[in-house]
Amino acid sequence: MQQPGRAAEIKANGIGKSFGSFRALDNLTLDIGRGEFLTLLGPSGSGKTTFLMILAGFVQPSEGRLFSDGTDITDRPAEQRAAGMVFQGYALFPHMSVEQNIAFPLKVRKKSASEIKSRVGEMVERVGLKGHEKKLPAQLSGGQQQRVALARALVFEPGVLLLDEPFSALDKSLRGQMQAEMKRLHQETGTTFVFVTHDQSEALALSSRVAIFNHGKLLQVGRPDEVYDRPASRFVAEFLGEINMLPVKGVKPADNGATGVCEDRAVNMRCKAEKVRGDAILAIRPEHMSIAPEAAAGENGIAATAVASTYLGAATKLDLTTRQGAKVTVSVPNEVAAAALSKGNSVWLTWPAEKGFLLPDGGQ
Amino acid sequence: MRGTLSDRTGAALLMAPLLLFLVLAYAWPFLGVVKWSFTLPTPGLGQYGALVSDPLVQSVFVRTLRIAAIVTIVSVTAAYAITVVWVRGSPVQRVLAEFCILVPFWISVLTRAFGWVALLSNRGLVNTWLQSIGFISEPLTLVRNEFGVIVGMSHFLIPFAVFPLASAMRSLDERVLLAARGLGSSRMRTFWTVFVPMTRSGIIGSAMITFVFSLGFFVTPAILGGGRSVMIAELIYLRIFQSPDWGLGAAISVVLVVFVGALMALLFRYVKPKQLV
Repeated sequence: MQQPGRAAEIKANGIGKSFGSFRALDNLTLDIGRGEFLTLLGPSGSGKTTFLMILAGFVQPSEGRLFSDGTDITDRPAEQRAAGMVFQGYALFPHMSVEQNIAFPLKVRKKSASEIKSRVGEMVERVGLKGHEKKLPAQLSGGQQQRVALARALVFEPGVLLLDEPFSALDKSLRGQMQAEMKRLHQETGTTFVFVTHDQSEALALSSRVAIFNHGKLLQVGRPDEVYDRPASRFVAEFLGEINMLPVKGVKPADNGATGVCEDRAVNMRCKAEKVRGDAILAIRPEHMSIAPEAAAGENGIAATAVASTYLGAATKLDLTTRQGAKVTVSVPNEVAAAALSKGNSVWLTWPAEKGFLLPDGGQ
Repeated sequence: MRGTLSDRTGAALLMAPLLLFLVLAYAWPFLGVVKWSFTLPTPGLGQYGALVSDPLVQSVFVRTLRIAAIVTIVSVTAAYAITVVWVRGSPVQRVLAEFCILVPFWISVLTRAFGWVALLSNRGLVNTWLQSIGFISEPLTLVRNEFGVIVGMSHFLIPFAVFPLASAMRSLDERVLLAARGLGSSRMRTFWTVFVPMTRSGIIGSAMITFVFSLGFFVTPAILGGGRSVMIAELIYLRIFQSPDWGLGAAISVVLVVFVGALMALLFRYVKPKQLV
C-alpha cells in the first residue's frame, strides 16, 4: 500500500511549551527518522503527550520549530498536516459505522467513491474487521474499536502515525495481541510511528528507538537495548525496570573501563568513567546478578544476606541486604533461591563486569 | 442511578408533597374536564364529532401545529448557536451567553409580550427606525398576526431549548473533534459532519420540549396575535368563558393533552430524561 519513501522524517528544533507558569516541555531537540518506530516514554506530566500534540498540530509550541521532510510545519494547522492519529480511548465517531469511520479521512480528501470503497475494504481486511463493517463503535469490543481507530488513521497513508497510549484501556492478553499487530502494521506500511506510553515494557518491546521524558525534558534517546543497558541517568535506569544501586567509592578509569571500591571490595566496570569520578552509584539489573557460595579473586562480588523471596513461577525474586545495609533484589532460578535461604542465608552476589554501569552519585 | 432501598424510600418521601400537589391541582380537575367532554351538553361522543366536523376548530389546530413547528425550528436554531458559545466559547463569551439565557427567566411572559408589542407595532421602535433611515415608507405589519406570535413565542422558548443542547454538548468527547481535524477535516466540516450529528439527542430533546410548550401557549398568542391568529389554548378559553360551550372546550383540551402525551412518550423512546437537563 505504502511506498517506503512516503514515510515522513521529522525534526524538532528547540521545542518548548509553557501552560501559564507550568513548563510542560523544555528545549526539545529530536530527529525522528523516516519509517522508524519511536516511543515517547515517561510518567504522566513528563511532556511526552504534549510533544505528541505538538506533532499533531493540536498544541502550538511556545518556542522552537518543527520540520517535516525539511519543510517548516510549526504554524500549519492540524488538518493540513496529514498525520494519522490514534487517541487514548480511540475517539471514534459514535454516529458512524465502522466503514464510515474508516472512510472519513478519504471523504475529506474528496477521493472517488470507488477508490474509497476499495481502500476501506482493503483496510477492513488488513485489521481483521471483516463482517463488522456496518456496526457502530458502541457495538464493538475494546480491541475491535482499537482496530477501527488504527485503520482510520492509516487508510489515507499518512507520512507519520501518532499514537497516544492506545492500549491503556485493553486487558493484558489483548494488549499483547494488539502490540504484535501494530508491529506488523508498522512493517507493512513503512510509515513513521510515534508512540506515547508510560509502560516501559511496551516501549522496549515495540520500538526501534525510545525517548525517555521527565519533568518536560528529554533525558535520553536510543535503541531499547542502549537505554536499558546503558541508561544515562538514575531516572532512566529506574524507570526502565528494576535496578540495584550500590554506592561505590574511589572510581577511576582503568584498562577498558573503570575500577572502584564497593562494600570494601575492588570492583571492575567495563563502562567508561568519563562523567563519574570518586563517589558514584553502581547500577546492576536484577537478572544480571547471580548467587554464588564464594566470589573468586578478581571477580565482582559482595557478601549479602537473603531476607525474603517471592516465587514468580519461572524464577524466584530474592531480596537481600548487603553487609553495609544496601538492599538488593535478584532474579534467580527457583532452586538457587531455596538453597540460598536454607544455608544460613549468607551468600555472595556476583555479576559480570560488563553488566554494571556507573551513575553520578545523587540527583537524577 | 441505583440507590439502596432506604435511599429510594427517602427520595419517594421527598417527592411526595409535589406529587400530591400535582394530583390535587392537575390530575383530579383534569378528570373533571374529561367528564365534561363526554357529558356536556348531552352525554355521548357528540362533542368529539363536532370537533372533527367544525372547520373553525380544524383551522385553529392546523394553525397551532404550523406555528409550533416554525417556532420550534427558529428556537432550536437560535438556541443551538447560543449554546455553542455558552459551552465552547471563551470565558468572557460564556458569561455573556449565560446572561442572555438567564435574563429572560426573570421577566414575566406578560411583560415580554407587551414589550414586543411596543417594539413591533406600527408606531413601535422597529417601524419608526426603519422609516427614519428611509428603508421603508409605510409601516410593516409586524404584530397582531402570525409573525408577531412567532417572534414572541420563540423569544420565550429559546432559553428552554438551550438546556438539552447544553447537556448534549457538554457530554461530547473533545478528542473526537480533535480526531476529525487530525484526519484532515476543516473546522466547518467537523462541525457539520461530527459535532452536529453527535448532539442529535440534544436536538431531538430541545425540539420536542419547544414543540410541546408551543402547543399550549396562551398569553403570547393572545396578545401578539391580536385575536387574528388564535391558537388552541385561546380557543379553549373562548369556548369556556365566552360562548359557554363547555363540552367542546373540554373535548379540545382532552385531545390536546392526549396529543402532547403521545409526543412525550415518543420523545422518551429516543432520549433519556437525564439528557434533557
